Amino acid sequence: MATVEELKAKIVQLEMKLEAAQQKGPKRHKIDVMSSEVVDSNPYSRLMALKRMGIVDNYENIRNFTVAVVGVGGVGSVTAEMLTRCGIGRLLLFDYDKVELANMNRLFFQPHQAGLSKVAAAAETLRDINPDVDIKTYNYNITTVDNFQNFMDTISTESLIGGQVDLLLSCVDNFEARYAINTACNELNQCWIESGVSENAVSGHIQLVIPGETACFACAPPLVVASNIDEKTLKKDGVCAASLPTTMGVIAGLLVQNTLKYLLKFGQTSNYLGYSALTDFFPTMRLKPNPVCNDNYCKIRQKEFEARPKVIELVKEEEDEKPLHEDNDWGISLVDESANEPEAKTQMVDGISLEYSLSNDNDVPKSSKTAQDDVNLEDLIAQMKSI
Amino acid sequence: MVDESTRKTLSNIPLLQTKAGPRDKDLWIQRLKEEYQSLIKYVQNNKEADNDWFRLESNKEGTRWFGKCWFIHNLLKYEFDIEFDIPVTYPHTAPEIALPELDGKTAKMYRGGKICLSDHFKPLWARNVPRFGLSHAMALGLGPWLAVEVPDLINRGAITYREKQVENAS
Ligand SMILES: [Zn+2]
Repeated sequence: MATVEELKAKIVQLEMKLEAAQQKGPKRHKIDVMSSEVVDSNPYSRLMALKRMGIVDNYENIRNFTVAVVGVGGVGSVTAEMLTRCGIGRLLLFDYDKVELANMNRLFFQPHQAGLSKVAAAAETLRDINPDVDIKTYNYNITTVDNFQNFMDTISTESLIGGQVDLLLSCVDNFEARYAINTACNELNQCWIESGVSENAVSGHIQLVIPGETACFACAPPLVVASNIDEKTLKKDGVCAASLPTTMGVIAGLLVQNTLKYLLKFGQTSNYLGYSALTDFFPTMRLKPNPVCNDNYCKIRQKEFEARPKVIELVKEEEDEKPLHEDNDWGISLVDESANEPEAKTQMVDGISLEYSLSNDNDVPKSSKTAQDDVNLEDLIAQMKSI
Repeated sequence: MVDESTRKTLSNIPLLQTKAGPRDKDLWIQRLKEEYQSLIKYVQNNKEADNDWFRLESNKEGTRWFGKCWFIHNLLKYEFDIEFDIPVTYPHTAPEIALPELDGKTAKMYRGGKICLSDHFKPLWARNVPRFGLSHAMALGLGPWLAVEVPDLINRGAITYREKQVENAS
């Protein structure tokens, strides 16, 4: 066994190594005010040039905004990097996963970060890229009861001015987490953009959700962008999901582009924008909320929105942005389900359909219901244990 | 969508009635009672059919569940630990059932050993909110997953039979 002296010597040696490693190359220092001066030491000159060109009126306002990125994987990490390079004021990063070597087909993370929590690894890299951005990390699963309240509290109080965040970006990879984000955002009246890449890696989407004004994630079954692959030939045996850095990069780019447009108020922010990689098709549409949405807060927000005076839009809607009819029946199934084939999808617009319909539960036999009499929970737990 | 034997299994599992999740305080207690009633009946059915294949229990809040499941292959009994949390969005979204010890051994899993469900599961669950509960997630989710994946894991040598598994299981 090593003596204390030997260990102390080893520590000194390692500290010197660490210092040497950290001194690689110049370090970027904090900058107080964004300048448009074009010098090679100004990291903001090309962004501020957007003002001079008349694209954005107020680029430096980017520093006042707080954006929450939920899910720091293939899409979320690239999203966070883009926002960091753009000079966003504060970033809140949520994820409970660790960096794995299996993630290396994606952008951003590096092999030496394997084993670190994604939020810690991301924060380190991002602070190096741009120390002006205030980065906060939250290493937990937002869908559990213990963490959900903390998630809601954070979203509603951790902006730069101690209030609600300006925008939340969903970069999670599963239905449950999206649903949890939707629940929180409807309750908090929080605007957010949902993003996703399909499990076959060749399509994706972004969707802006303004509670009460546009459809929420619970208003309809999940939307899918046509990938132009014959479902019957799609082999899912033996794998859950595929992923491509290209598709994820495209979706992250569309997500941050719309974030910038939304925050800095330039151009048009898409409500729903799809991406079909095999055909390079980008369908768009606008989705109204469902008056009979499952989420009670969605219905409350809809009432609030109806009661507000409307701003008359000067921009004429384009032909292909067909607003969906209020009485759209989300649950229409085009083909009966008796055949053992993937079900027919309800088409919303060309290239976008519902993943499944909610009507027609003939495939489940009606069975008895659990009794409602005065049973005691403790007795039931004991009974379950003793079987 | 649902084959005959699953249909038969389903017809004997009591459906639930209370649409409440773990954030709903008193209503959640009601839901939890229904969950236990449904699970007890399902396990009893399984025992009667000589197909006893899992046990589950929860913390007292009913938010965290754990237990064991068994799978018999070539007369040998393989046993796995089960765990999952009830998400705040339950029962609108199904729980993500995990078998942590199989994490990394099959591509039909997400991180942390969460099983990858068939494309049919999610629509079926969505159409049956709030009537489906944990027993349905077991019958439609974990049961079929084990039936497909465990023989494959054994054949590939990814898992091997251990003597003590039988002792624990009995
Ligand atoms: Zn809604």
